[in-house]
Amino acid sequence: MSDESTTFTRLPATADEREDPERATRAEVLDFWTERFGVDPETFADYTFWERGAGKLWIYRGDPPSPVDVEGLGMTFLRTRQEHWKPTLEAAQRFGAHATKNVIHLDDEAARAFVAGEDRERDWDGDWGYLIVTHDIAGAVEPIGVGLYVYGELRSQVPKGRRREV
Amino acid sequence: MEPLERYRPIVDDFEAFRAACERPLPSAVRVNTIKATAERVRRALDEADIAYDPVDWHDGLFVLPEDSPGANWPYFHGWVHGQEEVSAVPATVLDPQPGERVWDACAAPGSKTTQLAALMDDDGAVVATDNNLGRISALRTNTERLGATSIAVTHEDARNHSLKPFGGETYDRALVDVPCSCEGTIRKNPDAFEDWSLSHVEGIAGVQKGILKRAVEATAPGGTVVYSTCTFAPEENEAVLDFALEETACELVEYDLPLAHRPGVTEWEDEAYDPSVRTAKRIYPHHNDTGGFFCAKLEVTGE
Repeated sequence: MSDESTTFTRLPATADEREDPERATRAEVLDFWTERFGVDPETFADYTFWERGAGKLWIYRGDPPSPVDVEGLGMTFLRTRQEHWKPTLEAAQRFGAHATKNVIHLDDEAARAFVAGEDRERDWDGDWGYLIVTHDIAGAVEPIGVGLYVYGELRSQVPKGRRREV
Repeated sequence: MEPLERYRPIVDDFEAFRAACERPLPSAVRVNTIKATAERVRRALDEADIAYDPVDWHDGLFVLPEDSPGANWPYFHGWVHGQEEVSAVPATVLDPQPGERVWDACAAPGSKTTQLAALMDDDGAVVATDNNLGRISALRTNTERLGATSIAVTHEDARNHSLKPFGGETYDRALVDVPCSCEGTIRKNPDAFEDWSLSHVEGIAGVQKGILKRAVEATAPGGTVVYSTCTFAPEENEAVLDFALEETACELVEYDLPLAHRPGVTEWEDEAYDPSVRTAKRIYPHHNDTGGFFCAKLEVTGE
C-alpha cells in the first residue's frame, strides 16, 4: 500500500543540506513564523516538519527516520512552494495564540460570518496577506483560522468542509 | 435477527436490559484537552446556550440532552469531540503516559485515538492503524480538528501491522478496540441488529483474535494491551481473551472502573474460558444508562 503520495520527507535543517532546491528548510519555516506572526522559534522546538507532495508541510511531535511512508504524520501545517506561504486553519488554531502580529480580532458577528466562509469589507492598518483571525470565547481570545486581507477585504480561508453556521 | 435473547442466561434483570436497549441514547462529548479545559468548554457551552450534564465518573465528558455536537463554537475550535460515555472507557484503562509509544490497532474514526493523544499531552507517538481508506479520511479529519500532532496514521490490516515505518520500535501500550458485531451500540444505531448473524459473530471473532495476537507481539514485555468491543457476544469477548492467553505471551490484570459493571463470563453455551477472564468488565446499558461495552486489560509477559 505504498505510493509516492504517502511519503513524508523531513525538511532539511538549512539550505546547505537541501537536495531539492524548491523544498523549504526548517530554518525558513521558523523564520516565516517569526517574521510574519512574531512566533518564537522555541514554540516549535519539540516538533519536526515534513513535506508530502509538493509544498504541503506537516508538523509532527516526534523524529522518526526520514522518509516515512504512512497516511498521516501529525497535522497539516503550512503551504509552501508558492509566493506567499499559507498556514493551515489547524496550525492557526493550535499555534496562533503565540502570534504577536498580523493578528486580526473580530467581534462576534464578524467571527460567525468568517466561519461561514463569508468575505467582508473592513479596515485594517497592517500588512496585506495572510492573517491569523481571532475572537473572544469563554473569557479569552482564541484563534479561529486564517484570513486573506487584500483590497480592503478580509477573505475567509476556512476550507469548505470546515465552514459552519455557528 | 434480534440477538439479545441469547444473553438471558448471563445478564441480570434481563427485562431492564432489554428495555434499556430500546431507549435512544443522547449525544455526549469529550473535552479535547489538547486545545481546551473542561472549565472553558463549560463556559463556551453556556455562551452558546447548549444544555449539558456532567458525567460522574469522568470530568471531561458531558451529555448533551438536547443537541448533537456539530455547528457550534466549541466544536469548531476542536475543543469537544462527539464520543459516547462507554467509548471513553478503553483509553482511560490503557492510561498512556507522555512520551510513550502507543499503537491504536483499529483507529478510525479516531475518537479513542485522539483521546489517547490527549491523555499523553500530545507528547509521544500514537500510531493509528486502519484498513479502510474511507474511514481513515474521517480519522484524519478528526485528528486535524482536534489539533493532535503526535498521531501517525497507517493503512494496513492490523493483523499484519508493520513496525518498519518507525524504525522497528515496539510499543509501550496498545489499544485493541476491534471491529465487532456492535450489539452494544443499538441505542445509537437502531439498525445495529439488521445484519446480525451468528456466522458473522464467529467470522469476526477470527479477525479479532488475529489483531489481539499482533498487538501482544508488537508490545514490549511489561507493556499493556487493552482489548475492547461494543458487543455482548462472549464469542467476541472472553473467547478472544482465552485464545490470547493460550497463544500469546500475556496475562489478564485487574483494574478499577468507576462505572457499574459485571465480570467477564467463564462459561458460555458449551465453552469454558480461563478463570482470569473474570477480570474483564462487561458494561450493560441498564446499569449506567449508557451503551453496552466490554473491556479487558492485559500485560505482556514476554514468554
